[in-house]
Amino acid sequence: MSDERRYALAPLFGPAQYDMTQHTPHARRLRMRVVETGPATAVLTLPYHAELIGDPARGVVFGGVITTLIDQASGLAVACAMEELAAIATIDLRVDYLRAAEPGLDLFARAECYKLTRHVAFVRAVAYERSPAEPFAGCLGTFMVGANSGGSPLGRLIGEGDA
Amino acid sequence: MSRLVDAIPYARFLGVEIEPVADGWECVLPFRDDIVGNARLPAVHGGVLGAFLELTALLRLMDESQVERVPKPINFSIDYLRSAGPSPTRARAEIFKLGRRIANVHVIAWQDAPSRPVAAGNGKFLLA
Repeated sequence: MSDERRYALAPLFGPAQYDMTQHTPHARRLRMRVVETGPATAVLTLPYHAELIGDPARGVVFGGVITTLIDQASGLAVACAMEELAAIATIDLRVDYLRAAEPGLDLFARAECYKLTRHVAFVRAVAYERSPAEPFAGCLGTFMVGANSGGSPLGRLIGEGDA
Repeated sequence: MSRLVDAIPYARFLGVEIEPVADGWECVLPFRDDIVGNARLPAVHGGVLGAFLELTALLRLMDESQVERVPKPINFSIDYLRSAGPSPTRARAEIFKLGRRIANVHVIAWQDAPSRPVAAGNGKFLLA
C-alpha cells in the first residue's frame, strides 16, 4: 500500500542521500552525516568530539547536543514523509534523557514522522550509540509544514531549482 | 559563573558568555555563521537554541542550589516561538521549584526584547 504513495525525496532514499545534511551549516560544522533514509524515516550520526562535552569529569556529551542531532533527524524524517517538499520549522521538542551517552562513541538518532497533516508533522525519535533498541534519549517533536515561503533547501537535491 | 562556563567544553564551543545585569545575570549566545540551521533566512539552528536554553537552566540551578555535583537533566522541552536571526541571543532562567531531589527550571531566550522570546524551555533536573 505504502509503495503507491509519492515521496518527494524518494529518488534520494538509499545511497544518494549523503547531501541531505550539507545544506545546514551547523550540521556541517558538527560533521553530521545521513546513515539511512526511507519513507518518513531518517537516521543521522554525529561523530563524538571533545568540544561537545558537557560533563568533563565523565566525558559525556552535553544534553543539548543530542537535541541538535534529534532536531536535525526529525526535520529530515518530516521531509522524507512529504509528497511535495515544503519548508519545515520546529514547533516543539521534548527530549527525555534516559541515561548518559557512553563517552567516546559516535551518536545516532533515528526519527520517524508517524503523522503528517496539512500543517503539522508529528515525530518520535530515539538517540543511541549501538542499537535503537537501547536508546540513551527519546524525543517527541512537532513541526510546522510550509512554515515560510522560502521553500525547502532540499529542493535543489531533487532538481527543483533554488527558487 | 564565568569559571563554570569555562569548565564546560560545549559552552566554550558555542562561545556562551555570562553577562551581569541589574538583578543577576544572563547568558549570551553570540551569532556565528556555523550555528545556522536555515541558511536562507538565516536562522540559528533549533538544536543550538535548545542547547543554549538547557545550558542557561543548568547554570542557574548550579548558581542557586550550591550543589557540588552537576545536576542531571531528566527531560527538557522547548517551544520554538520565532526564528532567531543573525544577532546575539540572550537567555535567563528561573527556578520554579527546588525540591530535595528534583528541580523545575523555566528559561526564555530572546534577541531584541524579552517580551518577544524566540524560544522557551522547561527542564527537570535530578539533584541527588
